[in-house]
Amino acid sequence: MPSFVITEKCDGCKAQDKTACQYICPNDLMTLNRDLMKAYNQEPDQCWECYNCVKICPQQAIEVRGYADFVPLGGSVIPMRGSDSIMWTVKFRNGKLKRFKFPIRTTAEGSVDPYKGLPEANLDNLKKPGYFTHQGAGKALPSIKK
Amino acid sequence: MEKETCTFSYCKRPEVVTIESDILIVGGGMSACGAAFEAVRWAQATEKAGKKIKITLVDKAAMDRSGAVAMGLSAINTYMGENDPADYVRYVRGDLMGIIREDIVYDLGRHVDDSVQLFEEWGLPVWKKDEAGHTLDGAAGGAKLKDGGKPVRSGKWQIMINGESYKVIVAEAAKKALGLENIYERVFITKFLLDEKEDNRIAGAIGFSVRENKVYLFKANAILSGCGGAVNVFRPRSTAEGQGRAWYPVWNSGSGYATGAMVGAEMTMMENRFVPARFKDGYGPVGAWFLFFKAKATNAMGEDYCAGENFEETKKLYSPYAEKLGTCIRNHMMMMDMKKGKGPILMNTDKAMAELAKTMDAKQIKHLEAEAWEDFLDMCIGQAGVWAGMDIEPDKAPSEIMPTEPYLLGSHAGCAGFWVSGPDDLGAPADWSWGYNRMSTVKGLFMMGDICGASGHKFSSGSHAEGRIAAKGALAFVLDNKDFKPTISKPADEITAEIYLPFELYEKYKNHSTAPEVNPNYIKPRMLQARLQKIADEYFGGVSTWYMTSATLLAEGLKQLAMLKEDAAKTAAKDLHELLRAWENYHRIWALEAHARHIQFREESRYPGYYYRGDFLPIDDKNWKCFVNSRFDPKTGDWKCFKKDYVQLVD
Repeated sequence: MPSFVITEKCDGCKAQDKTACQYICPNDLMTLNRDLMKAYNQEPDQCWECYNCVKICPQQAIEVRGYADFVPLGGSVIPMRGSDSIMWTVKFRNGKLKRFKFPIRTTAEGSVDPYKGLPEANLDNLKKPGYFTHQGAGKALPSIKK
Repeated sequence: MEKETCTFSYCKRPEVVTIESDILIVGGGMSACGAAFEAVRWAQATEKAGKKIKITLVDKAAMDRSGAVAMGLSAINTYMGENDPADYVRYVRGDLMGIIREDIVYDLGRHVDDSVQLFEEWGLPVWKKDEAGHTLDGAAGGAKLKDGGKPVRSGKWQIMINGESYKVIVAEAAKKALGLENIYERVFITKFLLDEKEDNRIAGAIGFSVRENKVYLFKANAILSGCGGAVNVFRPRSTAEGQGRAWYPVWNSGSGYATGAMVGAEMTMMENRFVPARFKDGYGPVGAWFLFFKAKATNAMGEDYCAGENFEETKKLYSPYAEKLGTCIRNHMMMMDMKKGKGPILMNTDKAMAELAKTMDAKQIKHLEAEAWEDFLDMCIGQAGVWAGMDIEPDKAPSEIMPTEPYLLGSHAGCAGFWVSGPDDLGAPADWSWGYNRMSTVKGLFMMGDICGASGHKFSSGSHAEGRIAAKGALAFVLDNKDFKPTISKPADEITAEIYLPFELYEKYKNHSTAPEVNPNYIKPRMLQARLQKIADEYFGGVSTWYMTSATLLAEGLKQLAMLKEDAAKTAAKDLHELLRAWENYHRIWALEAHARHIQFREESRYPGYYYRGDFLPIDDKNWKCFVNSRFDPKTGDWKCFKKDYVQLVD
């Protein structure tokens, strides 16, 4: 189900320092046509359909069309990703609609403080089992019982 | 054929950027994020003690959405909770047909929960059970895991999550820990570099930017490698666009296997592969359907294909493994029915949901339906697309399942990878541990996640956990070798010319024909991959032969693979994107060669349902209940396979 870019909606992310879909695609598929200033999927048969370009696009210009070698035309799955939840609209080939909403995170984006409240590492224990977190909390790890 | 070289006569010479670090993390997925998180905390302690450790991470994609968890996940498959890690070892050993490194698996099991509890702290919603036993989604405010909150188990080891942003959250912690100035995204590592002065010692890695005309030389005292498994090495069942819809991430290009093998790191169990039975074409997950919704898979007549005649026949060849009904054995019996024309094989989602709905009110049934869809929308959106396009509603109709093309990996239900040093406190044989946990047989080179071998069923949480274990090992190694200065044997210029050779060839020859795709002087990355997949499929037991191979087929396939490897030196790339594909496919060739050589060496069918040696169809515990290890010698170019004793540590 390769992603495609709707010509009318894509603005090439010109107001931003980089093209969002090109930045995020894990498989280096999304690219910018600099003459048209529009993005496109340069290798649709290597698209995993991870939807990361669809979710990140500030213009909602990217959708996905079912892999033509096995998906009949007419259905669609469209997300709207917010800061704490995601809404999905599933449209069937027969026109039936289903909508779902799921939480995506319980903290504000960018608010993670990785070592907050965690102990420091003690170099004396570096070669002993357990992470700095186990060791700092005095948790001994089990061993195989003979 | 004449050897081609790059002298930058036709393509532009890139700028070479040299970065010196103590520890280089290669990859940006779960294991790399775990490594970064743990390593930085220990480095803070060394800095206080007067020794600064510089840690750098290089990822071919963007960390927020790189690796196998890029799309998200609907479950965390490894969480011990109330379970004993020894039971986890028994489960992994059973599913992987009796041969695993129990020291490594136990070590992972006793560490992993800490990572899962951190994910929840950082913002990952984990489903909980309320007092009445009903399911609460992860944002409903139940007690946290670390405070005794009860997760929703879908199986003994699995817990359910709202995991659309799983990777974003885990990457956020890793990026904050490391600092953005120490992260290089969109740089693809083509090879690791050995030290010139010290034998069998890692000294760095080199690769190129896929965004600009730059080559990066990373010198390092230690490398933590977490570059994922190998996908699309076998011809996929899909014929066109759908080839991207691999079950495992399509960007896992075997780079972890290739980079380690090329510098002579010992491999283990590379004959292992995973052939998941998944929803047909979309490859949507079946785990939650089996374990959480209690659905049953049957043949088209509604019969259990793992019973009756199939089971009796299977026992004759594969007892006592058949009785354990491991993943590969179930595949084996599914295919018995497929070959009898009793397909399509069906996952009876409709019957399972009707059964569950019997005790539910209307609101709970609606929630159940949402849970079923979320399973796909969190981690395999394409399967939801298949259902939408085919007008399949899971509560109304069953869906087809089918065994996929083979995959090489070591963190999911497979164990292909490198032989590493394990923990020294679990009673393992003395030669299984050489001082630094998860260090390969190459000094300073550590393996994690998919490429740490003989220890499957880590999944996402276990890969993060393993990255953290390996990071401690690497820190200890660096502190014990603090006076080491890497010496790179080849000048950067020479390696740069190797990396850019596909550009040089394209520019040199592109005008020879009127259409650049067909040209006798070079091969394009896409065709290199097609040929690789065809060899794998037809000679090494892919879908077209029902996973069947033999000594004669392997010998012929390896002959053809050798020619492909030669031709890989004539790959042409028109832009940076194609250069990426050229090197990824070169890595796929190495991963496949290791796989084929191991299958060739092991004269039995250890994993029926994943692959068969037609000339050695049974499992032969008397001769082959052992690891198969191998080493490519970078000095001589020889590749040698050998047996290594299996030792049971857990009863």
